[in-house]
Amino acid sequence: MVRALSDVTLTVEPGEMLGIVGASGSGKSTMLNIVGTLDRPTTGRVEIDGVDVSGLSDRALSALRSTTIGFVFQQFHLATGVSAIDNVADGLLYAGVPRAERRARAASALEGVGLGRRIHHRPHELSGGERQRVAIARAIVGGPKLILADEPTGNLDSKSGAAVMAILRELNRAGTTVLVITHDPQIAASLPRQVAMRDGRIVAGASQLSAP
Amino acid sequence: MTAVVDRWNGARRCNSRPSRLRLVDVWRVGVSGLRARPLRVALAALGIAIGIGAMVAVVGISASSRADIDARLDRLGTNLLTVSPGSTLFGERAKLPVEAVPMVRRIAPVQSATATGKVNANVYRNAHIPSARTSSLAVLAAQLDLLPTVGGHMSTGKWLNQATATYPGVVLGASAAERLGVDRPGGRVWLGGQWFSVVGTLDAVALAPELDSAALVGWPAAKTYLGFDGHPTTVYSRSVPARVEDVRSVLGATANPQSPYEVKISRPSDALTAQRETQAALSGMLLGLGLVALVVGGVGVANTMVISVLERRSEIGLRRALGATRGQIRVQFLTESLLLSLLGGTAGALLGAAVTAAYSGYQNWPVVVPPWVTFGGVLATVPIGVAAGIYPAVRAALLAGYSAHGCRWAGWVWPGVAQQVGQRRRGESSASSNACRDRAWSSVTSWWSRRALSNQSW
Repeated sequence: MVRALSDVTLTVEPGEMLGIVGASGSGKSTMLNIVGTLDRPTTGRVEIDGVDVSGLSDRALSALRSTTIGFVFQQFHLATGVSAIDNVADGLLYAGVPRAERRARAASALEGVGLGRRIHHRPHELSGGERQRVAIARAIVGGPKLILADEPTGNLDSKSGAAVMAILRELNRAGTTVLVITHDPQIAASLPRQVAMRDGRIVAGASQLSAP
Repeated sequence: MTAVVDRWNGARRCNSRPSRLRLVDVWRVGVSGLRARPLRVALAALGIAIGIGAMVAVVGISASSRADIDARLDRLGTNLLTVSPGSTLFGERAKLPVEAVPMVRRIAPVQSATATGKVNANVYRNAHIPSARTSSLAVLAAQLDLLPTVGGHMSTGKWLNQATATYPGVVLGASAAERLGVDRPGGRVWLGGQWFSVVGTLDAVALAPELDSAALVGWPAAKTYLGFDGHPTTVYSRSVPARVEDVRSVLGATANPQSPYEVKISRPSDALTAQRETQAALSGMLLGLGLVALVVGGVGVANTMVISVLERRSEIGLRRALGATRGQIRVQFLTESLLLSLLGGTAGALLGAAVTAAYSGYQNWPVVVPPWVTFGGVLATVPIGVAAGIYPAVRAALLAGYSAHGCRWAGWVWPGVAQQVGQRRRGESSASSNACRDRAWSSVTSWWSRRALSNQSW
């Protein structure tokens, strides 16, 4: 058995913005899955907002994800053939919000990422940067406390990438905790705090702001 | 942005139970899943549609055919009984007494009775035809009320009347007219060594097909010109429908009181009734074949759903990230499967009805598609859809967390495939694939064990 993560202790304070940096296979995606409660660690503890998630059932974890955590992926994962507003509204699908309200909130989230005039465009009618902004709108439409962005600029040119990072920074200023996974040292350098990973271990930055 | 984030902070605090997905959202998610793959959905639904369509068409066509037979029975009546001479104790041909018809008429429930009598003569197109070439046509002496009693209709010309019945006039049955080349009255045929004028021709008589290949001459004319002895060979009687069986039990003794066992009694409508029953048996068998097609269609749906789950790993991962519970993922795929089957079932019911209508129209039958088979067919697709969807849905729900890199296949309880595809697709090292596999196993087994421990319902 290979250990994907080993001896990792990381504390993220509310309202922080940090980057997890590492080469391919360094364990940063596993880290994201663990932090995002999509995977459970074989051993160890994960606390989100003061709650030990290892004791939670699948249903409780799902509820936690639907209300507290927003995910942004490298490949955007937008539904093809579905308008931007409905893609974003799906971010509230599992939070028990009626459809009309989902769409209203989706519209304002799209407004927030600067796509207010493109809410009826379908993914194939949008540029890569716009698609990623739609995906960010979907992540924030539920008003999460924590945003997990996995290589959010990985598929974008530098200009679109910068715009996406600016939006994430803006969210962070508004009080959201943002965790960006990247292998791009430049992006990482632009973040207030960096955590470097190699071979499933944290090699730097684990306790920059607080002790483990 | 700030406003959006803060507004929902309070509401989120104590929300540790997942929200139920509204029914309309379950429906919407299912429909959108199908709409994203129209061709595959159409093909999978076609499998179900063929099964349901075959069943509906089989039942519909046989119901239409039976409706046609019923309509014919209704029109022709089931109260016609015929009496004909059997054979004597010594094997000779028996004869009915000359008074048979008036005696039968005296049975109370009998509404009408009439007779034909076999005449020892043949009919030819003209005098030059060799006498052996009779075209299998019989010459019968007919009483004037024969036509209404058997329910026959004239095709051309007129039926015999008091006048033509005493003269050499003849009415030809449908096939007799055809074989003699007579299509309208006015011509002559060579009958019993002399010319007879054709007075009219008959339509086919459903309840007395023996009249179709007969040349009918008047009762008195047969005696005068053809040496007819006046003994009837078939007595036709119509009775009050409810008392047909009563009449039947006394008919033999009444028609031939001296030797009641030398008569044969039959009910011509019995043949049609038997035809109706045969069809019911046959359609039962065809229904079984339709059922087989339906099962094959269900397997097609299951196959489609399995493939769908396979290629929608990232969508499932996304939904899990958005907060879908395993149960909600299961419900989503079950809904898709169910909708797919229902779609096929509805299309099949329409298809079956259309086939029934087309075939019945072609056969000139009334179109009957029983509602129970239409609704039953559509309803039958519900268990099929559920059965076909359960396995893929469980598979989908067992997918572990979303992984942006590397372990795309990690969630599958299918380690060999995960490893191979993972390597081929991404050139991963085998060590990392093994890690994926182990993680998949542990997440699945832990799910099962947790479920077993907490004894949660699905």
